Amino acid sequence: MKRILLPLLLAAGCNYSQKELLKAPEEQAALRAMQTRIYDTTDEQKTLRAVIATLQDLGFVIDDANAMLGIVSATKFEGGVTRVQVAVKRHGEKQISVRASALAGTKAVTDPAAYQEFFASLSKGMFLSAHEIE
Amino acid sequence: MRACAAMALVLAGCVTVTAAPAPLSAFAVPPDSAAKRVRQSRRYDTRDEALVLKASGALLMDLGFVTDKSDETLGVLVASKDRSAVEIGQIAVAALIAAFTGADVPYDERQKMRASVVTHPSGRKSIVVRVTFQRIVWNTHGQISKREQLDKPEYYDEFFEKLSKSLLLEAHDT
Repeated sequence: MKRILLPLLLAAGCNYSQKELLKAPEEQAALRAMQTRIYDTTDEQKTLRAVIATLQDLGFVIDDANAMLGIVSATKFEGGVTRVQVAVKRHGEKQISVRASALAGTKAVTDPAAYQEFFASLSKGMFLSAHEIE
Repeated sequence: MRACAAMALVLAGCVTVTAAPAPLSAFAVPPDSAAKRVRQSRRYDTRDEALVLKASGALLMDLGFVTDKSDETLGVLVASKDRSAVEIGQIAVAALIAAFTGADVPYDERQKMRASVVTHPSGRKSIVVRVTFQRIVWNTHGQISKREQLDKPEYYDEFFEKLSKSLLLEAHDT
């Protein structure tokens, strides 16, 4: 009994859950590709405004937006808690990349179809077609 | 007794029993998206977006909200307020159950209410304001008991009526 209890007690003090702090989600490169699209525009502000309007139309409430950092975050409570963060930045001289990353509860959304739906809506809002990253 | 307790729990949460809709993926366009946009938005005949954003901020302050985030470049203002969420009915039911079973039944205690305002120019002569409200409720056990969007049409009507008065401008449907 003592043999079982001692390792258990030691393990209890190890704070395994803290190791999530700097851990990247699994299959990071593939995830980044499905979360990112490139648009043929240089107008970051217009892109960010289109992201905000798209998220609102999808039922999200905007939590934060920062033009200087090119970041928008939003939350939706319907059908469980979903949080999304979108980052907009210059991609070369003539394009802009948009990356959306969503969490359903505490789990990263890894379904490519979900991100396809997001970018389909965003493309409509921007009147531009999206390119996948190479 | 069981039937009583079940009925009490249903009453306590004001639960409406409906068939659960099929879950949508995170980014699926909700079927009521266009109707919601109309309900949550009004158009004001001014080109001064900063003025509209400032007036929205001042109004939220009057309503007891404190600004959490703002970005004038993108026309975004997020504010929240912490309030009591205690409802007499829930306390009565909790007391009733405690009296019969001795169980410590939690009831809603506090809530964080949040308002998110987004402005954007519409054409050359007007600004559209879209507001959304949410709340998170904690019970007496410190657990989150509700996360919900506050979506009654009268909330939007009242907000925009007050904003119109503050801006001295008439609100138009979008």
